[in-house]
Amino acid sequence: MTKMDISRRTFIRTTMAAGGGMVLGFHIPGIPAVEAAPILPELWKSTGEGTEINAWLSIDAKGIVTVRCPHTEMGQGGMTSVAQLVAEELDVPWENVRSYLADANRFVTRGQEYKDMSTGGSNLVRARHPHILQAGASARERLKEAAAKAWGVDRSKVVAKQGVLTSGDKRGTYGEFATAAAAITLAEEPKIKPFKDWWLAGKEVARMDVATKVDGSAVYPIDVRIPGMVYAAVKSSPVPGGKVKSFNADAIKGRPGIIGVVELKQTKDKLANADLRSAVAVVADSFYRAKTALDLLPIEWDFGPGADNSYDKMNALAKEALNKDAPHAEEVRGDPRPILAKGGKVVEGEYSRPYECHVPMGPPACVANVTADKVEIWSFTQNVAATLLLAADQSGRQPKDVFVYGTQQSGAFGLGNAIDLTRQAVEISKQVGKPVKLIWTREENILQARSRPPIWARFKAVLDDKGLPTAMLARAVGESEVPDYADRGIANMSYQIPNYRYERHVVPSNIPVGPNRAPGNNNNGFTIEQFADEMALAGGWDPLEWRLKMTEGLEPFQRVLKKLKEVSGFTTKLPKGRGMGIAVVESHGSVVAACATVEVSRRGALNIEKILIVSNTGYVLNPRAAREQVYGSTAWELSHALNGGLNLQNGRFQNTNFDTYKLLRMPDMPTVESVFAMSENNWWGGFGETAGPPTPPAVANAIFFATGKRVRATPFVKADLSWA
Amino acid sequence: MAISVNVNGKSVDVDVEPDTPLLWVLRDTIGLTGTKYGCGIAQCGACTVHVDGQPVKSCNTNLAAVVGKKVMTIEGLSADASNPVQKAWIQHTVPQCGYCQSGQILAAVALLRRVPNPSDREIDEAMAGNICRCGTYAQIKEAIQTAAKMGNV
Repeated sequence: MTKMDISRRTFIRTTMAAGGGMVLGFHIPGIPAVEAAPILPELWKSTGEGTEINAWLSIDAKGIVTVRCPHTEMGQGGMTSVAQLVAEELDVPWENVRSYLADANRFVTRGQEYKDMSTGGSNLVRARHPHILQAGASARERLKEAAAKAWGVDRSKVVAKQGVLTSGDKRGTYGEFATAAAAITLAEEPKIKPFKDWWLAGKEVARMDVATKVDGSAVYPIDVRIPGMVYAAVKSSPVPGGKVKSFNADAIKGRPGIIGVVELKQTKDKLANADLRSAVAVVADSFYRAKTALDLLPIEWDFGPGADNSYDKMNALAKEALNKDAPHAEEVRGDPRPILAKGGKVVEGEYSRPYECHVPMGPPACVANVTADKVEIWSFTQNVAATLLLAADQSGRQPKDVFVYGTQQSGAFGLGNAIDLTRQAVEISKQVGKPVKLIWTREENILQARSRPPIWARFKAVLDDKGLPTAMLARAVGESEVPDYADRGIANMSYQIPNYRYERHVVPSNIPVGPNRAPGNNNNGFTIEQFADEMALAGGWDPLEWRLKMTEGLEPFQRVLKKLKEVSGFTTKLPKGRGMGIAVVESHGSVVAACATVEVSRRGALNIEKILIVSNTGYVLNPRAAREQVYGSTAWELSHALNGGLNLQNGRFQNTNFDTYKLLRMPDMPTVESVFAMSENNWWGGFGETAGPPTPPAVANAIFFATGKRVRATPFVKADLSWA
Repeated sequence: MAISVNVNGKSVDVDVEPDTPLLWVLRDTIGLTGTKYGCGIAQCGACTVHVDGQPVKSCNTNLAAVVGKKVMTIEGLSADASNPVQKAWIQHTVPQCGYCQSGQILAAVALLRRVPNPSDREIDEAMAGNICRCGTYAQIKEAIQTAAKMGNV
């Protein structure tokens, strides 16, 4: 048995793994490698990656192409998507492509070559594909031009294919011409290829970073270790909006490993995303010692006006508001009010959903190293460039002296843009004069996240003699901080109702809220799509035929619903205790339908047998990655719909961890089938979160057919589904 | 006073309180960061390691409790990701964000060493303690079935 010299071995391993040039994991034939992010700029330049053709890619002498991904890899496969797009236009063998995370400092200091580095809103492929394809096309044409010059022919006579340049009997590799190509400026940038000419985009490729995620070698911010690093645990007011009144640092003075207690001062009253809040941090030589001491530290809080807030209070205010006209309407087509006033066949429905938290598997963590000449950051983020600017602001340094290094992200789901974690870590490092690793405990994560806001909605419609709605009044109540989330899916409701009016109220709350995998649409899929079924059934329509009728002329909807009809076997005529339900939601540029099949026992036990998802995102870049996102976002919304809901009392969430905030586990996961119905008509939608919104209403509609009971709120676990 | 623990076949001396959770000894003291912190209360399984071959949640297992026992982390499962479970995970491209997967893989290895050909229900039961927020459950299940076919886990 051998003894290890821990301190030395550990730091060497981690600085090397974090050091950029090292390949993490191993290379599997056929699966291109993803390497660690560049950690130090000098290492970035010395990784032997070859000649830089443009900011997006380099090619080495052997023809290995290194693509730089400016976007976050948080499990959605972003590094693979960017590489696939570049490789499509560059025309290189896929197995010769590598993917790195791009350098935020270079982006900020050298004129923003990547347009932007943010990641979210299911935006990466749908919004960025033209300029990423362009980067590949531009590099390819410059390689051709370099060969054309060397061979004395016109560029149009040079063919670039699979990493090889040819013209007549002349032949050379991309690797051979990379250096010459780097010096070429094109008079005119080439056009990107039409969809019909794709050879790699549109095809299934395996995500590139899998190998690093089966052996523990993938590096997340929480894993980064640098010499001299200390650890910090932090507490902000458990009642959001509160402030530290006092604390007694003497109480933990004698505990092992304690380095100091740092108070973080809040400088602004009205807090925007990522503004520093009042907090106390304990710094120690290990995270466990820091956290244990923080738990023992007596802190007195001024909870502020939020201390009286509760979900019950908000719920009562919201229900009252739903009875009232709003000061103005957010969306008006005709005027449904006089038609509704006349009466007739009237349908009404009311729905709500509570707060939900992202709780990515890895709690937010940040390593910050504030030194005399520079600031280094490894953080939980969905935008390294924005994080760089935050760190510069907090440290009082110039952006050029701040380096935010890309790492893998342990899920993010919207939370990565919205918290003050990086500012906290920078401030603590500055105050203790050492590199520090700050970790939010899971408890801190639930209390301090910008959670998904709740929604309350009430709809009223009147049907004509064909049983179709002619007028509809929609009212919703959102949280005051991001009221427009309440609008998404309601203001732009897709059903063609001639007289439609949407009014929005807000209720105030002390809880900070923000994006959470399909913001707004995750809530309003549930509200609108159950009401759609209620309108259809009241008018004597089959829910699927009703949706086809009500979206006539909307090609993306028609395509999805017809495909669903073809493959789902949807029927309303199952024996009691079994049901199928459907829903269709437009969000993030895509139209996605779900069909759920459920079984409910007489005693009310719900078993979801299957969810079918039909997606129309216009085009699909990588069907395999897209399918994985369908599974993921379906599970995401099922988790919240079945078991979720944060319980707000006394101004704070009473759920503290996974024992009281229940998440979907393997035994609850139904079979999910993913089918595509792509319009391929010059528009792109997103895939990262769009299967989520139709899932809970499809299940709720299926429950109705199984039991005769309408589930008007989530989580379903709270509803009595028993039937006789 | 240093405490000696056996991790991945090597004896390691660590100088921390004996009631320190094994999770933080592995991550912060020894530097094996493949074992992840997810909840700290044995609810999510991200910190799963093997102690004498049994899957345990290292966040609520004290250092003192593993003295004299053999601890195996994801880094000790194989030198080159050659365990059939790791191979199957790659074949099915199971990981998305990947953060929970060390724990998922070690829970799956423990299952397959106990039950070489598990039924769907046995897989569900064995894996119910491991949460995946990215929703990779279906691929995990397929990969476990593939690894079972490969054998020699």
